[in-house]
Amino acid sequence: MIFGGFRGGVNPPSSKNTMELATVRMDVPSKVVIPMNQHIGAPCQALVKKGDNVKVGQVIGNAGSYVSAPIHSSVSGTVTSIDERIISASKPIVCVEIKPDGLQELSEEVKPPSIDSRESFLNAIKASGLTGLGGAGFPTHVKLNPPEEVVVDLLLINAAECEPYITSDYRECMENSSNIIEGINHVLKWTGIPKAIIGVEDNKPKAIKKLSEVASSYDNITVCSLKSRYPQGAEKMLIQTLTGREVPSGKLPHDVGCLVMNVTSVAFVAQYIKTGLPLIKRRITVDGSCVVTPKNVEVLIGTPLQEVFDFCGGLIMDPGKVIMGGPMMGIALYSEELPVMKHTNAILAFDEKEGLIPEEGPCIRCARCVNVCPVNLLPFDIDRLVKANRIEDLNDHHAMDCIECGACVYICPAKRMLLQSIRLAKDATRRALQK
Amino acid sequence: MDKRLNVSSSPHIRHGATTQKIMLNVIIALLPATLAGIYFFGARAALLIFVTVLASVGFEYLSRLVLKRNNTIGDLSAVVTGLLLALNLPPTLPIWMAVVGAFFAIVIVKQLFGGLGYNFVNPALAARAFLLVSFGSDMSKWTEPINRITALAAEAVSGTTSGATSGATVDVSTYATPLSILKDGGEPPSLLDMFLGQTGGSVGEVCALAIIIGGLYLIIKGVISWHIPVIYTGTVALMAWVLAPEGMFTGYALYHVLAGGLLLGAFFMATDYTTSPMTKKGTVIYALGCGLLTIVFRLYTGMPEGVSYAILLMNVATPLIDRLTRPRRFGGATHV
Repeated sequence: MIFGGFRGGVNPPSSKNTMELATVRMDVPSKVVIPMNQHIGAPCQALVKKGDNVKVGQVIGNAGSYVSAPIHSSVSGTVTSIDERIISASKPIVCVEIKPDGLQELSEEVKPPSIDSRESFLNAIKASGLTGLGGAGFPTHVKLNPPEEVVVDLLLINAAECEPYITSDYRECMENSSNIIEGINHVLKWTGIPKAIIGVEDNKPKAIKKLSEVASSYDNITVCSLKSRYPQGAEKMLIQTLTGREVPSGKLPHDVGCLVMNVTSVAFVAQYIKTGLPLIKRRITVDGSCVVTPKNVEVLIGTPLQEVFDFCGGLIMDPGKVIMGGPMMGIALYSEELPVMKHTNAILAFDEKEGLIPEEGPCIRCARCVNVCPVNLLPFDIDRLVKANRIEDLNDHHAMDCIECGACVYICPAKRMLLQSIRLAKDATRRALQK
Repeated sequence: MDKRLNVSSSPHIRHGATTQKIMLNVIIALLPATLAGIYFFGARAALLIFVTVLASVGFEYLSRLVLKRNNTIGDLSAVVTGLLLALNLPPTLPIWMAVVGAFFAIVIVKQLFGGLGYNFVNPALAARAFLLVSFGSDMSKWTEPINRITALAAEAVSGTTSGATSGATVDVSTYATPLSILKDGGEPPSLLDMFLGQTGGSVGEVCALAIIIGGLYLIIKGVISWHIPVIYTGTVALMAWVLAPEGMFTGYALYHVLAGGLLLGAFFMATDYTTSPMTKKGTVIYALGCGLLTIVFRLYTGMPEGVSYAILLMNVATPLIDRLTRPRRFGGATHV
């Protein structure tokens, strides 16, 4: 079953402190801030205006184009402002701020979808607002609809959760395993894919056991234990480990006959088909040395992080760094006022020491970055060329193939910010292509 | 917002290894060979080591000061260079010559090329080569080691402390190293003596046992991989056996491994990060090259020893090897 795994990788301390903490639901916050772009693709157009009353599940952002997903209100209440805000390292995004009335009145729009064809299934998924819940945020209905000419023969369910700290997918496996299997069956049925494999890292034996039990009555669903090594959960690495197939440079999983879905995403599919409640809440892991009581929390999308931290007993001290996502690929935020979004799987508050950005030393050519790179790049060399501003010499270094896992930076004894340089190289390449 | 948060490009956690810790591990790994050198060559060797290390660190500090760059003695790389240089010198080399060597290694080879990570050859080896062409006779004046092993054996038999263990005088005139004996067709010392260090040679190269202990420490600690030392010494052993002057397939394979600077070079010099290739494939080519060149120097030139020059030449070939062994990127065509 396992095809020897992937090359390179690192073993950071797993720090999965919240593994055995069952999900607790957080109450309606004092306000929600809902950005109109929470996915990869075109931003949504806000459909409400200041002063409007909205209900739970009501569409407040319309998908602007095919690669996009609608955005729903997570609360019932009144729209207090619509303005552009800077959410993370990107351009300003239109955000709808809503003051909840606390009633959580359900919109009339919320009703189970009727599905009788592949088309109606895809439409329902699009209407649900589902985007990849593992962190990437790619609209699921697009992923489920590969071009006609490709043959997809495998559905891979990503429950690897290789990032340290995060346990939200693990809790999904433990608390919601029947929905996972049900969701897989929906996807298999309507996409015509014959079989599915669930990949779980072997540091989560209970999840492997649980999923194996519920999957045992289905011949076409298998659970596979993966060696725990970061970035096992990266899409291309997962495909390589489970199938031996290598996604060609610049291509997508469906080009090698695979469709990869996050485990929480696929469980959401089952939940949505049963209830019709769109994506307005999710489970996030709240952890880090500054958090008084780390928890797995079910929060409404748009909840300000500060209120989530308060729900977890507050912060022990002023944090040095607040991260949305895992410590390897997450984004360092500039403010605790930013909201939880669809793809937020964790929020971490690191203390001052952990938040320090180490000083860069000279590269000693130890080759650790080369050895750990799962896609076989030469991070040290890209860094050298970017620092020397030799962008034109980067062509044969394939920076665009970097999956941004950060293993090179993690391992570098000189503490060089290799990935930052690679991101700059990618940016320069994109600019050059646009010209 | 009274307190500002740090923001940076991911990842946000780092492995504990630092350049300084790596250098410290190399120093720890060199301690057995250093102590063995002092054990066999006495206080004079200790003085040589001490002064060479001190001079290296001093030159590192001064050159950074003059070049108006940040002080880098804290990364311990100058200590490593100084120690390696001292271990590659004859035990009785005049102290001032060792200081000149330290100057050449640190100032000329390392700092003038940009400091740590930018030197294109191993500084300690380059300094050794520089001293060899500058002070040829002093650099090839070998000392007879203090007779430790037979003395210990005698002690074990008689149960008394013999004079030899408590500081016998060192004969400074001339003493042949195993490789020069081999070259001249003489009877070389026993393998056991060479393994334990009871032979002539540079301060740190005589005791194979101590070098191997240090080398294994580096491999266990993950500082170096086994590839370079194993392939390098393996190539030398094989080729020494095959290409023996007395006839093919009759050579002293083990003698060539234990004698001279091979083990010290293979574990500690050829594995220098900066001057060895970045890919596994490149590393194999590099180690093979080191082995072949060493044998060519030892068997087909006037020199008894060739480890330093072999490694220096492969250092220079490293950028070329790196270019020719670019890894195939994930999902890329089979040819780059």
